[in-house]
Amino acid sequence: MNRPWIGPEHTYASVTDKISAIVLTEKAPRAWLWGFGVSLLLLSMLVAATVYLFAAGIGVWGVNVPVSWGFAIINFVWWIGIGHAGTLISAILLLLRQKWRTSINRFAEAMTLFAVVCAALFPVLHLGRPDKFYWLIPYPSTMGVWPQFRSPLIWDFFAISTYGTVSLLFWYVGLIPDLATLRDGARRPWASKVYGFLAMGWRGSARHWHRYETAYLLLAGLATALVVSVHSIVSLDFAASLLPGWHTTIFPPYFVSGAIYSGFAMVLTLAIPLRAYYGLEAFITERHLNNMANVMLATGLIVAYGYLMEHFMSWYGENAYEHAVTINRMRGPYAPAYWALLLFNVIIPQSLWWRRVRASPWALLAVSLSVNLGMWLERFVIVITSLHRDFLVSSWGMYYPTRWDWATFLGSLGLFFTAMFLFIRFLPVISVSETRELLSEPGASRS
Amino acid sequence: MNTATERAPSCGLLAEFADHKALVAAARGAYAAGYRRLDAFSPFPVEGLSEAIGFHRDALAPVVLGGGVLGAGVGYAMQYYLSAVHYPLNVGGRPLHSWPAFVPVIYEMTILFAALAAVFGMLLLNGLPRPYHPVFNVPAFARASRDRFFLYIESSDPLFDLQDTRRFLRRQGALDVADVPA
Repeated sequence: MNRPWIGPEHTYASVTDKISAIVLTEKAPRAWLWGFGVSLLLLSMLVAATVYLFAAGIGVWGVNVPVSWGFAIINFVWWIGIGHAGTLISAILLLLRQKWRTSINRFAEAMTLFAVVCAALFPVLHLGRPDKFYWLIPYPSTMGVWPQFRSPLIWDFFAISTYGTVSLLFWYVGLIPDLATLRDGARRPWASKVYGFLAMGWRGSARHWHRYETAYLLLAGLATALVVSVHSIVSLDFAASLLPGWHTTIFPPYFVSGAIYSGFAMVLTLAIPLRAYYGLEAFITERHLNNMANVMLATGLIVAYGYLMEHFMSWYGENAYEHAVTINRMRGPYAPAYWALLLFNVIIPQSLWWRRVRASPWALLAVSLSVNLGMWLERFVIVITSLHRDFLVSSWGMYYPTRWDWATFLGSLGLFFTAMFLFIRFLPVISVSETRELLSEPGASRS
Repeated sequence: MNTATERAPSCGLLAEFADHKALVAAARGAYAAGYRRLDAFSPFPVEGLSEAIGFHRDALAPVVLGGGVLGAGVGYAMQYYLSAVHYPLNVGGRPLHSWPAFVPVIYEMTILFAALAAVFGMLLLNGLPRPYHPVFNVPAFARASRDRFFLYIESSDPLFDLQDTRRFLRRQGALDVADVPA
């Protein structure tokens, strides 16, 4: 597979025009209008579900003792994991000099940002007293009370807020030269003014580029260190507890690889329709899809190894409670979720070993959707099965999500896709300046 | 009127080039000829261009290091002061200064402060935001963010002479040399 990263017919001017035309000149395609409309409907459902939650209280959800962490925590972990692929693509692949990241980093970073927003929503909704969420911030209050810094939940707050901030900065810094391109290419005066304001007077000076590249590289290094820490800290919310099924040292690495796995699945879920509807096949080539499928296969195998080790340790450790949790996952009331998780997350993705699957965008899309679903089920199994039956039989119970749980979850998809559709409409989905740089390199369009 | 505009004070000359190699060569030539108040513009970062106009090292790395060290210090000091001094909370007789539990927040604060230092340091050192710059007065400069490469010699350069510098830039292979009005 030694096909070019960019179609050979392209020049600096043509890549600029092709990518900025989506924002500046083309009318929104019918598919965009439909997609945006459906997302907006889902978003309204989220708003309605949230208003009802705030008015009626947390009891509208299915959470109760013993399962007090229901959909909210599942969705939180799922969304924050999806974000990780964006950072991996933009930061780690940059440090590894993987040229193919150029076409996909911009919208993968946007995906990260919106996924973090969706993720951050859930713990706040789950608080029960969401108006007091700012108590997590260490600020000098008249109550004289401070956050407990030994709690993983506070670590989480710092990790997520840092991750959101750094993702936003990284994305914005990457956008500055492209905003200048849009400013100079826009025909409508208001568009030129808005993009000009956001571009901050960028003019492509050699000194500016020099500092810009240093800043970008350092940010990539920082984001790499950050991305490994975020899902590790999220996993400590579980691992630092003493609950069977959660209290394991394997959680941090296994959560991080699962995060990257689900994130790549989401990048593919977004990239395949995007390139088809906007005719971006020259930029997001089949070689790109193939590489992403390879990363998905590799991280999926690490995740499968994590499952295997979880089971091995519960057998080898000879702790009766660990044992019971494992058996309960396989044969208890939530067994269908467990077996579906293995099907969607471990068995179906094995089809990526075949080149024909990796080379067919629509087959790849199907596998990606399967992984998205499988990773959500993984978090369902982890959260619910450990909580609903712990040490004392008298405190066992069941968890059933209510329609408001579902409305909030599906509504968060609406928030995510509304933001994605607006991003596609108003900002360049592919980094124009990086694509030009790629074109300038000898042989870049061939090797 | 026409002669009046030609005599109007000019900020410098802006030479347009077709590709990045021509621009780097011209920038080297201009620097070798003794011009110092010059700048180059390109639609993507060009290897060796900033060095060609005599800009070798940016001060960003120490700024980012400072940000990171500050973040770590603030993160640690905050947690120590709040957990051990200002609001000591005895949980099962465990030490108040439980530094291993402070590591995750210190780590995140280090990255946060370093990243903020990288972005705002880059913007401040670059003098951005700066909505107005004389080069934007040249209509052809709109292509600097598209597919053209520019070399700018300011009139404040001691060697600058409207006619001589224009001829010099022509000799460097410029497609066009435009006067930059103030």
